[in-house]
Amino acid sequence: MDFEIAINLAYIVASVLFIFGIKMLGKAETARKGNLISAVGMLLAVVATLFDRQILELGSPFAWGMLAGGLFLGTIAGVAAAKFVKMTSMPEMVALLNGFGGAASLLVAWAEFHYDGISNVNPDLFNKCAIVAAVLIGGVTFTGSLYAWGKLSGKISGKAKVFSGQKALNAIIALVSLASAVAFVLLGQHQAAYVSLGVAIVFSLILGFAAVMPIGGGDMPVVISLLNSLSGLAACAAGFVILNNVLIVAGCLVGASGVILTVIMCKSMNRTLGNVLFSGFGAAASSSANKVEGEMKPISVDDAYYALEAAQSVVFIPGYGMAVAQAQHAVKELAELLENNGAEVAFAIHPVAGRMPGHMNVLLAEADVPYEQLKEMEEANRILETADVAIVIGANDVVNPAAAEDKGSPIYGMPIIEAFKAKTVFALKRGKGAGFSGLENGLFFRPNTRMIYGDAKATINSLVATFKEK
Amino acid sequence: MELILLLFIFTLAAFLGFELISKVPSQLHTPLMSGSNAISGITIVGALLATAGTPESDFTTALGFIALVLATINVVGGYMVTDRMLAMFKKKGDK
Repeated sequence: MDFEIAINLAYIVASVLFIFGIKMLGKAETARKGNLISAVGMLLAVVATLFDRQILELGSPFAWGMLAGGLFLGTIAGVAAAKFVKMTSMPEMVALLNGFGGAASLLVAWAEFHYDGISNVNPDLFNKCAIVAAVLIGGVTFTGSLYAWGKLSGKISGKAKVFSGQKALNAIIALVSLASAVAFVLLGQHQAAYVSLGVAIVFSLILGFAAVMPIGGGDMPVVISLLNSLSGLAACAAGFVILNNVLIVAGCLVGASGVILTVIMCKSMNRTLGNVLFSGFGAAASSSANKVEGEMKPISVDDAYYALEAAQSVVFIPGYGMAVAQAQHAVKELAELLENNGAEVAFAIHPVAGRMPGHMNVLLAEADVPYEQLKEMEEANRILETADVAIVIGANDVVNPAAAEDKGSPIYGMPIIEAFKAKTVFALKRGKGAGFSGLENGLFFRPNTRMIYGDAKATINSLVATFKEK
Repeated sequence: MELILLLFIFTLAAFLGFELISKVPSQLHTPLMSGSNAISGITIVGALLATAGTPESDFTTALGFIALVLATINVVGGYMVTDRMLAMFKKKGDK
């Protein structure tokens, strides 16, 4: 029996569900439902595919066993990963899942080409283009995501790795990948084409590593959203390989929405995508002179308490340091105490604070901070003009006034959270070192800034304790 | 002809993708990313076909099987983790 029409109808319904799902993910009230709807679409697509003639008629008991086994293994691993991952580890989790998607698309295209050889089918030019596109994009997505995962989880240093001749080397790697891709498309003989496909696979994998290597931790929000977009495009290319419309639609939607997110991230750093990908930021930046006058003035927790106790309006400005110290719950507790004490509390969230788009929002939501208190940059800056105290928790470059004032600064022009506008600024910081970009932060030297050194979580906890005592 | 049709679909889907999420509040960036990441696991459909639809070749079955496991992790893990995140976004007062 042939279910082809029914299957394609199911694919159309699945595509519609994906579209609604993505649309609803863009609004806070509907986001959770949207995710569920897109999951239903996915389930529908999977079930429909099981009725495909290829599987239903050709599938041996062994093949069905493999299907069941693969789905089972993947589900177990997926559920376990989703259940046990800590919210603070979310960036690396997203990167890892993303890499798996890219690898799967690569393998699908490879399997298809291998099967062509066995069944003596000569794929046409277009089909070959699709195969090699899925392989290249999938390969880069896979290793690029793996490397990002390593950086984000701290398994590899998060610093940008730059060496002389790196750009030239990367260009060569990219050229070899492209050349082997072209050779694959043009070579008519299966064996020869297969060899060039092998080269393309290997070099696309190397390219993924090489491309992410010179990008530092603070630029990770851009990299992750770009890789996300690529994994969609890889799925889309795989769709052209097996001529399947649901892969094309879904992959393309993800690809396009990923591009938008990438652009948003770049804009919030006032940099172009090319600049993020190829500049090796940290290394280039430190050479420019940034003189900062004044000195950093420390303050004790007790004195900080008195200032907070009297404050009418307090703004928290979290950064990656809050994630590292896992201070979000302590911060929430302090925010609550301040509110009970009659202060207006807000959280100022910079779009690229942390290591992935929206990183701070996720952490604060985990700690039950109501999302009305989370303010986006523009609104936060308005509030800061009249705020009594701004508490900077492990954020650095996103509050650096040099971005607004110092034309020579490499981050000049980047929109920042204007913490310096508050009457008093408390900066919670581990030590006196510079931020991710290697820049001194003028904010810390301002007359209205007081430093509280030490682990952010410990500091907040002692503030909380002081509040409770008095 | 089928090819042209698929390219047509591709083009429309690209424009739709750009239009769909032009204005997303920044608090939803992470869930949007991980949710769309789960959708990119749609390549699971290709993995299913490669695993079971190619009976004469153990090698393609093997490739398909690995792809299937990876894509399933991507799909299941992606949706669940997104749901977990979104469940945390609460308004003041609702528990």
